[in-house]
Amino acid sequence: MGSRKCLPRTTGLILIASLVAVLVLGSGLAAPLLAAAPLKVAAVFETPIEEPWVNQIHVALLRAKKDLGVQYEWSESVKSADFARVMREYAEKGYQLITGDAFGAERIARRVAVDYPKIAFVFGSGIGPAEPNFGVFDNWIHEPAFLSGMIAGKMTKSNTIGVVAAMPIPEVNRLANAFYAGAKEVNPKVKCKFSFIGSFFDPPKAKEAALAQIEAGVDVIYAERFGVIEAAKEKGILAISNMSDQSSLGPDNVITGPVWDMWPTVSYMVNLVKAGVFTAQDFGGFSFMSKGGSYLAPYHKFETKLPADVKDLVAKRKQEILAGTFRVNIDESIPKSD
Amino acid sequence: MNEILSQIFQVGFFAAVIRIATPLVFGTLGELFAERAGILNLGIEGIMMLAAMSGFSTVFFTGSLWLGVLAAVLTGVVAGLVMGLLTVSLGLSQHVSGIGLTLLCSGLSFYCYRLIFGQPSTLPAIKPFETVALPVLAEIPIIGPILFNQFALVYLAMLIVPAAAFVLFHTPWGLNLRTVGENPLAAFSAGVSVTAMRYQALLLSGALMGLAGAFLCMAQYNAYTFGVISGRGWVCIALIVFGQWNPWKSAAGAILFACIDALQLRLQASSAINLPYQVFLMLPFVLTIVGMALVSRNALAPAALLKPFRKEAR
Repeated sequence: MGSRKCLPRTTGLILIASLVAVLVLGSGLAAPLLAAAPLKVAAVFETPIEEPWVNQIHVALLRAKKDLGVQYEWSESVKSADFARVMREYAEKGYQLITGDAFGAERIARRVAVDYPKIAFVFGSGIGPAEPNFGVFDNWIHEPAFLSGMIAGKMTKSNTIGVVAAMPIPEVNRLANAFYAGAKEVNPKVKCKFSFIGSFFDPPKAKEAALAQIEAGVDVIYAERFGVIEAAKEKGILAISNMSDQSSLGPDNVITGPVWDMWPTVSYMVNLVKAGVFTAQDFGGFSFMSKGGSYLAPYHKFETKLPADVKDLVAKRKQEILAGTFRVNIDESIPKSD
Repeated sequence: MNEILSQIFQVGFFAAVIRIATPLVFGTLGELFAERAGILNLGIEGIMMLAAMSGFSTVFFTGSLWLGVLAAVLTGVVAGLVMGLLTVSLGLSQHVSGIGLTLLCSGLSFYCYRLIFGQPSTLPAIKPFETVALPVLAEIPIIGPILFNQFALVYLAMLIVPAAAFVLFHTPWGLNLRTVGENPLAAFSAGVSVTAMRYQALLLSGALMGLAGAFLCMAQYNAYTFGVISGRGWVCIALIVFGQWNPWKSAAGAILFACIDALQLRLQASSAINLPYQVFLMLPFVLTIVGMALVSRNALAPAALLKPFRKEAR
């Protein structure tokens, strides 16, 4: 206990004095060099962050907090009626980048952005960017959906595959269509069934829809929503997950699935704002496979179970997509069951 | 081969009907007891959600499914008590109280879920109820696999319908309950405590709604997510009118609704009928409304429904 007391009083005083001097002198000089305050990023989500779509954005922003040192705040389950207020609160609090999903509050988000031209807004949206400060992104994961379809087309024994999805909206349709196109490419005899549950969050209903498809002969099912993998597990059929690596939900049933990685989008937009060169643009391209914004989930247990020729086929096509020599067709028309 | 396939299809179809109908049967009967006592319990949607959450969390931490069911039931009972405080003791507007309770319960379930589970990257899941094949009964061709190879809670629902009908129409308690819902003053004059009867009805109502919530995330599905109820509570309210405030008819309404829901899911997956998806998804609701409009023309709601009872007011 004595050692600290031993510090001579004069030494202490000198130390304090020099510290004060450094602070006084340094504050003027060092501030611009250190770029002091971290970038303030806010996200406004219409759904709880468990919603798979929103979760991918949230996860990437959490990573930005860790890796890029931004300050990150978010509000979830913000209904359309509150959307403008929450956005404005963040804008008034000095947040420099405001992001989120705006499908249900598309017009509202755009209207708020107009009032804060100095703040960067980047929202998940089905339509285009707006000058000067409203950028958009979307889940362009049709490429890994196509690759998943190739696997499904090869793995089906009944030549019947299925898709259970939320609603027939463009974001969902293009995944379902790409999945079917991939399957048809490797297996011309394959038939596909499509069911929509009319809601983004109703796992019991999604499960019932999946069970209905399985009864009708589907033996590889694309689980666009939660609930489908449980049905696949119960009936012992194969499943393709969606949005994130969901192998843990059914390690013996989930082969793989398209994964949406928002990190390339988020890191790019954060860096643009940091550099002060943000402009309104469509960040959608950052969700393509070539940018690392989407990929096929690891096979996990299916690494050994999947036939080598299927894996080779997929790996080859993946290379072609990455090299830009193969483009997955974007078809946003509403799919119909065969 | 084709015949076998169609056979499997039929069994699967009817088993699905029973599964879809079960939470509706619980919810409808719960609502029925409340309305028969003169209280419109619009808290149903929120109560089912909160009960699903508490039941699921209990299973998640204890590993005991039945303890979870108990927790869901108790949650329902507590919510019923709150509804009673608002509408029976305070005599407030039943519409406002009910909607308020639904908002409170759904907000609360969301809040508690965050407190308990934080922000999990994958949904916390439990090992759900498995189907139990009843000995002998399950061997009966066709009917066996449909009715007697189901979740334990389904059997409970099957028993609760006749039990509810019996209690309501063949016991003094049921008579008191109905009287309180039709003419509380008469019941009061006969020495029946309107307050006590209405509270009892609301507690029972909450308990049954709790079972509905429990079934959805412990048997039909194995996780709690927002939207796990998705308006099923509101469907129950319509089914009561459809069923003319009768347990048998209301349960039949639930089965009819489930039938059309199961059917539309199968129609979507077949290429037989080429209609927009929205039409299929609408079918159960449209037919319920049409059915309700046709059937409920002669239906009479309990006369004292929505009317608070103040014994000092004459």
